[in-house]
Amino acid sequence: MPSIISISGVTKTYATGFKALKEINLDIERGEIFALLGPNGAGKTTLISIVCGIVNRSSGTVSVDGHDISRDYRAARSLIGLVPQELTIDAFESVWATVNYSRGLFGKPANHAFVEKVLRDLSLWDKKDAKAITLSGGMKRRLMIAKALSHEPRVLFLDEPTAGVDVELRQDMWAMVRRLREDGVTIILTTHYIEEAEAMADRVGVINRGEIVLVEDKVQLMRTLGRKRLLLELRSPLATSPRRCRATRWSFRRTVID
Amino acid sequence: MNLRAVWAIYKMEMARAFRTVLQSIVSPVISTSLYFVVFGSAIGSRITEIDGISYGAFIVPGLIMLSLLTQSISNASFAIYFPKFVGSIYELLSAPVSYLEIIIAYVGGAATKSIILGLIILGTASLFVPLTIEHPFWMLSFLVLTSVTFSLFGFIIGIWAKSFEQLQLVPLLIITPLTFLGGSFYSIDMLPGTWRTVTLFNPVLYLVSGFRWSFYGKSDVSIGVSLGMTVVFLLICIAIVAWIFRTGYRLRN
Repeated sequence: MPSIISISGVTKTYATGFKALKEINLDIERGEIFALLGPNGAGKTTLISIVCGIVNRSSGTVSVDGHDISRDYRAARSLIGLVPQELTIDAFESVWATVNYSRGLFGKPANHAFVEKVLRDLSLWDKKDAKAITLSGGMKRRLMIAKALSHEPRVLFLDEPTAGVDVELRQDMWAMVRRLREDGVTIILTTHYIEEAEAMADRVGVINRGEIVLVEDKVQLMRTLGRKRLLLELRSPLATSPRRCRATRWSFRRTVID
Repeated sequence: MNLRAVWAIYKMEMARAFRTVLQSIVSPVISTSLYFVVFGSAIGSRITEIDGISYGAFIVPGLIMLSLLTQSISNASFAIYFPKFVGSIYELLSAPVSYLEIIIAYVGGAATKSIILGLIILGTASLFVPLTIEHPFWMLSFLVLTSVTFSLFGFIIGIWAKSFEQLQLVPLLIITPLTFLGGSFYSIDMLPGTWRTVTLFNPVLYLVSGFRWSFYGKSDVSIGVSLGMTVVFLLICIAIVAWIFRTGYRLRN
C-alpha cells in the first residue's frame, strides 16, 4: 500500500536543549491502524504534534498524502483530525457550537446533518445543548473525538485515547476506530499499552528516547516478542510436569504457595 | 483564503462577548458613567471651559479612547491567551488556517467589540453632556484604526503572556497610566513647559488629540501627526505579529 504519511529525517530540539526526536524516518500506510508504542516522554506526542502542525520541527520533512506540511499546509492539515491526550475544550461552549466551530475552522461548509450523525454515533446527541464544562470525563473525551471527526478527516491521530478511560468507553472507542478504518480512514494511535496495540493495530512502531527502534507488522511482532502466561493454582504440588506438557516448548516455573 | 475559518473564529469570539455581556458591555459603561460623575461633575464644576468646550464635553473623546484602548487590548489578549491556557489552541494550530486569517478573525472580533463599546459609551455620554461631532468620518476612522491597532497589540500581549498576571501587566502598568497622562482629562496646554514636552513622548496623546479633533475641530497636536503616529503604531504591531507567526514564538515551540 502507498504511504499516506511520510516522515523523513525529522528531529526536534526544544529551546531548553532537550532533544525530543532524533532523526525519525517513518511511513504510515494508507488505510492502516498504526500504533506508536512507547513509554512516557519517548517523543510520541512531539512526533504527532509536528505532523499536525502544532510544533515546529528542527529539521526533516513530512508529507501527508503527498502534501508537504510546510509548503502545502492547507491541503495537508485539512486531511488530518487530531484527538489530543489532554481534555482541552472551551468549557463554556455548547457541544453543538464547539463541534460546528471545528468544522468551520477546517474550511468545511456547515452540514448539520453530518454533525448530528457524528454526535449520535458518539452518544452525544442528547448532550448537544450542554456546555462542555458540565460533561463527564468520558463525555468530554467523546466530544474531543467528535470535534476531530467534524471535518471528515482521512487521517486520524489519537494521542493516548484510552488513558484514564473506563472499560465501556474503551470498547466503544475501539469499535469506532475499526468502523473508521472500514471507511478508509488511516488511524495513528499512540499508547504505552502493548495490549492496546495488540488489540487494535495492523502495524506497531516502538519509539524510545526520541528514536524509532522498531516498526513491525503486529502479527509478526507478537510472534517474535509476544508470550502468554497461564497461571494455574494446583490443589497439591506435582512431583514432575505432566508428560504432554513436557512435549511442548512451554516453560514451567514452580512456585510453592504456603 | 479560508473564509469559513475566519467566520467560525469571529462568530465564536462575538458569541463569547454576548455570553459575558455584563463583563464586556455593562461593566465598562458603568465605569465610564462614574468617570462622568467624578470628573465631569465634581471637577468640571471648577473648570468651566477648555478651548471653548465645556469640561464635561471635553473629556468625552478621552473617555471613549480610554475604554477603547483598554478593552481592545483586554479582548484580544484574552481571546488568544485563554486557548493557550486551557490547551485548546492545538485545534487552531492544526487547522488549515493562515496567520493572516487567524489575525483577521481574532483582531476583527476584538475590534468589533471595542467599536460597539465605544459607540455605546458615546451614546451614554450624550445623556450627560451635549455633544457635537464636526468630522464624523474621521471620528469613525479613528475609532476603527485605534481599535484595530490596540487589538493587534493585545494579541501580541496574549501570545507573549505566560500567566494571567503578565496578561494584566501591560494594560494596568503601561496603558492605563499613559491614557491618564495622555490628555484624556486635560489639555496639554494646561501643563508646565517641561511636563508638556514629556507628554509629547506619550503615544496615547496623539490618539486622544486626533479623536478630540474629530469631535470639536480642536486638538493639542496636528491631525496629520495624530494620524501618522497611529498608523506607525499599527505598522509596528503588524511587523511584530508577522515575526511571531514566522518564528512560532510561544505558539509552536
